Order: sequence, then structure tokens, then C-alpha cells
Amino acid sequence: MRRLLLNASAVAVLAVTIFPVYWMFLTAFKPTRDIQADTPSFWPANPTLDHFVTAVNAPGFWTYWRNSLLVTVAAVLVALVVALMAAFAVARMRWRGRGPFVLAVFAAQMAPWEALLVPVFIIARDTDLLDSLAMLSGVYFMITLPFTIVTLRGFLAAIPPELEEAAQVDGCGRLAAFRRVVFPLLAPGLMATSLFGFITAWNEFAFVNVLIIKDQDKRTLPVWLSSFRDVFGTDWGATMAAASLFALPVLLLFLFLQRHVGTGMTAGAVKG
Amino acid sequence: MRSRSPWPYLLIAPTVAGGAFLLLYPLLKAAVISFQHFRMGELIRGGAAFAGLENYAELLSGAEFWQVLLRTLVWTAINVVLIVVLSTGIALLLPRLRRGLRLALMSALALAWATPIIAATTVFQWLFQSELGVVNWLLVTLGLDSFRGYTWFADGTATFAVLVILVVWQSVPFAALTLYAGLTTIPVELFESARIDGGTGWQVFWRVTFPMLRQLFALVASLEVIWVAKCFPQIWVLSQGGPGDATTTLPVYAFKIARVLHRYDLGSAVAMLTVVLLAVALVSNLRRMVRG
Repeated sequence: MRRLLLNASAVAVLAVTIFPVYWMFLTAFKPTRDIQADTPSFWPANPTLDHFVTAVNAPGFWTYWRNSLLVTVAAVLVALVVALMAAFAVARMRWRGRGPFVLAVFAAQMAPWEALLVPVFIIARDTDLLDSLAMLSGVYFMITLPFTIVTLRGFLAAIPPELEEAAQVDGCGRLAAFRRVVFPLLAPGLMATSLFGFITAWNEFAFVNVLIIKDQDKRTLPVWLSSFRDVFGTDWGATMAAASLFALPVLLLFLFLQRHVGTGMTAGAVKG
Repeated sequence: MRSRSPWPYLLIAPTVAGGAFLLLYPLLKAAVISFQHFRMGELIRGGAAFAGLENYAELLSGAEFWQVLLRTLVWTAINVVLIVVLSTGIALLLPRLRRGLRLALMSALALAWATPIIAATTVFQWLFQSELGVVNWLLVTLGLDSFRGYTWFADGTATFAVLVILVVWQSVPFAALTLYAGLTTIPVELFESARIDGGTGWQVFWRVTFPMLRQLFALVASLEVIWVAKCFPQIWVLSQGGPGDATTTLPVYAFKIARVLHRYDLGSAVAMLTVVLLAVALVSNLRRMVRG
């Protein structure tokens, strides 16, 4: 009886959790007459790719897709390199000002980004960086950087320095020791942090609304999707196909990297 | 060995530079603008004049700000309580399940958590659509006939409710998985001995589990307070703070004032007040939870 109750509640939670995602993909594959049926079907009886064709052929779709990918990947890669440098300095070296630096990075994790919309807009305008993907990417880089430093520092601290020292004794330079010994051990940390960074940048909505003003070709997918009524009207099939295409890269990346994410979450929390 | 090597400083230089230009400078500028007369004219011509506390006085003396503040408090309280209670339940449920079901539930949570915000928001608009939405169909099928063709987004309370469901649905996975991860660090022997001593499930939770995870609960609750209070894209995309201003919370209010009314000074003042309020709330919350 107790077991039945447990399983029943687990199944209920499972259903509620997964249903919106399932419904998104299901609607995207349903023919329009099934979407408009009085009794909705909960199974893809007559799957079709029509809505995906509509979404992909909508004006600007590929431009926005490319912009999103470009801005996100640039932000994540630069953040990884910069964070790795800072994390190495914090975890492996002793220097004056290290304590305050760590404290500042922690504080920056809680930065009130919503409060910075107006000043960042004004700064971008004054420096002629409105409608610029580079500026947008720069902001996303800075949003993800503190978290990336803290997490990578946690991972680095868990790798004994003796490993590098041993490699150096064996004739490796400091850089070579890092590349051959530490870097492979750091791989899960790099994956976890890049996943978090990717999701943050891919999702970002407020800054792109403020920084991309006139040049519509610089918009990203979230902005485009948020104005689906202008693009698709009441074509819910095409809207859900567009939403699916927007969600797909993150979900795929997530499934691909899922093994490493658990470690990533705890590394930041425990060692932080 | 505190060396005088320049290496550490070279390594942190890009971080410091990025933080200075993209975080510290804008933050100072936001604070300055909130004390200036900065509107459309000043944006084009430049040369904003110092206005002292005028913007803050204008905000605090009007009724609108206090309404928005109250709404933000209600919004945050409802969401955070629902998120913490539901995710605690799920975290306690997970270890009691068989492996297969547990992995399925964890994957589902991960999937919901990874779904991009705007994609989820669009899906919820479709779920709650008046004529063809599956929620209305379900409610009518369950016998609640008043929901036939019900337009959720025309009514303030209903829109507010849909937003709460959306934000809770998006936030529970992270909180539940984090609490579950914390739960697995508690030695099983503790639960066993509490059981042997005759503790009921409820007692074991309040006497063993909660005290052991007090700090984690404080952390999760604080993170959720930040996320929910600052939550913007969902509200803006779904209702733009409407209908009327039924879903206008502080971030939405600041955005409206700045972007729509071009009152950059007033918008910055709202943003600064939000930051101060959140900081005060968090510090006192964390202190109490960690000490008590």
C-alpha cells in the first residue's frame, strides 16, 4: 500500500514534469486538423514535418539561429579560457590580493544584472556598440564568468598539485604539465560549466531586447520566438515547431553531457 | 611562499578587466543615473543634471510603486513557498523509489530544467490557450464546465496563476535535485537509529533531515528568492505585466518605465531599490537560517 502510494505520486510528478515538453514536440508533429480537433489526441497518430518546414522557412529563421549560436558559443568559449586562467591563479598560486579577488568573484555571482540594463544600454550607445553581436556576447561572457571561475576552481582544487609536480620532475614544463595532466582531469568540470554557460546565454532575453534596437538581423532566437504571434499568427503547430527547434540544442547537449553535470553542481557548492 | 611573480596578476587580468568594464562600471553608472535627471532628451544630447533624491522621492510618494512592491512580495512568497515545499517532497520521494522509476523521474526533472525559458513560456501560452488549449479541455472533461473557452490571459488573477505555475514548474527541478544530492550525503545510520528510537516520518524529517541540511535549505531558498523576485522574461513575454498591471513586479516595472516611458532615471531608481531590498532580505534570511 505504501509502495503503491509512493509510486503513484512519483508517476504523477513525472507526468506533470514531462508533459509540457512532450506536448511541445507532439503539437509540432501533429497535422493542423488534429491540433484543432475538439478532443486532443495524446499520441502522434499522423506525424508530419509540415510545421517544421513552416518554421524553418519563416523569414530570418536561419539568421537568428546563427546569431544565437554565434553569440552563445563565443561567450562560453571566452569565459572558459578566461575563467581557467583565473581559477588556476586562485587554486595553485599564492599572491597578495588573492582573498579579496575570490570574494569579489563570489559577489559577482550574485550581480544584479536586471539593474544593469539601462547603464549597459547607455554605455553601448556611447561606444557605438548598439546592434552589435560582439557587445551582446561580451555581456553574456560576463554573466557566466563568475560562476565558471568558482566551479573550475572547485574542480582544480580537487586535483592534487603533486600530479603536476611529478610531471614537472619528469621533465615537463609547467604549461605542458598542465596540458597533459590537469587538463584531462578537468574535462568534466569544463563540460559542466560550459553547459551552464550555454543555457544561460542561449536563454538570455532582457539584454538582447535592450542592445539590439534597429538592426533586426542581429536579433537572437528568444526574441524571435517571443514574437511568434507576428510571425505565425495562431498557427500553433508552427509555433511549437519553432519552440522545439529552439529547445533542441540545449536538450541534446544536456542529454549528451548529463553524466558530468551532477559532479559539476556539487563541485561548485562543496569546494566553493 | 608568497612570490613576487607577475604570473597570477597576468592570469586574472582578463577577469578583472571584464568585471571592471561590464559589471562595476555599469553598476556605478546605474547608481549615478538614479540621482540624475536622465530622460529621452539627456539620452540624445547628453549632459544629465544632478537631481538629488528627486527620483526616489517621486517613486516613494506615488501609490504605484507601493502596489508593485506589495505585488512583488506576494509573487515571491507564493512561488518560493511552493517551490521549496514541492521540491522537498520530491527530494524525499526520490531515494524511496526503485532505481528505474527514480532515474526516469530525475531525467524528467533534468529535461524540464534544461528547457529554455522562452520555449517553456511559449508552450504554456499554448497549454492555456482558450479554445484549443489542453488545460481547458482537461478541466471541462473533469466537469468544470465554466472553463469552456475560458480566456486565462484576460483576467489578472488567472494570468498571475499561470505565471506562478510556469515559474514553479521551471524552478522545482533544480531545487529538488540539489536537495536530493544533499540528502544522499546524510549517513543512512542516522535515519535507521531515529527509526529504531520510534520516530515517525514527520519527526525524522524535522529532527534529523532538516537540521542536517539546514544550510542547504537556506541556500536553495535564497537562490529561489533571487530568481523569483528578479524573474523577468516569463512575465514580459506572457503578459507584459498585464492585463492592466496585474502581473507587474519590480523588474517588469523598471523595464516598462525605462524602455517604454524613456524614464531612465526612474527605472534606475527602481532597479537600485530592488537590489537593496533583495540584499537586505537575503542577508537576514541567510543569517537566521545558518545560526538558528
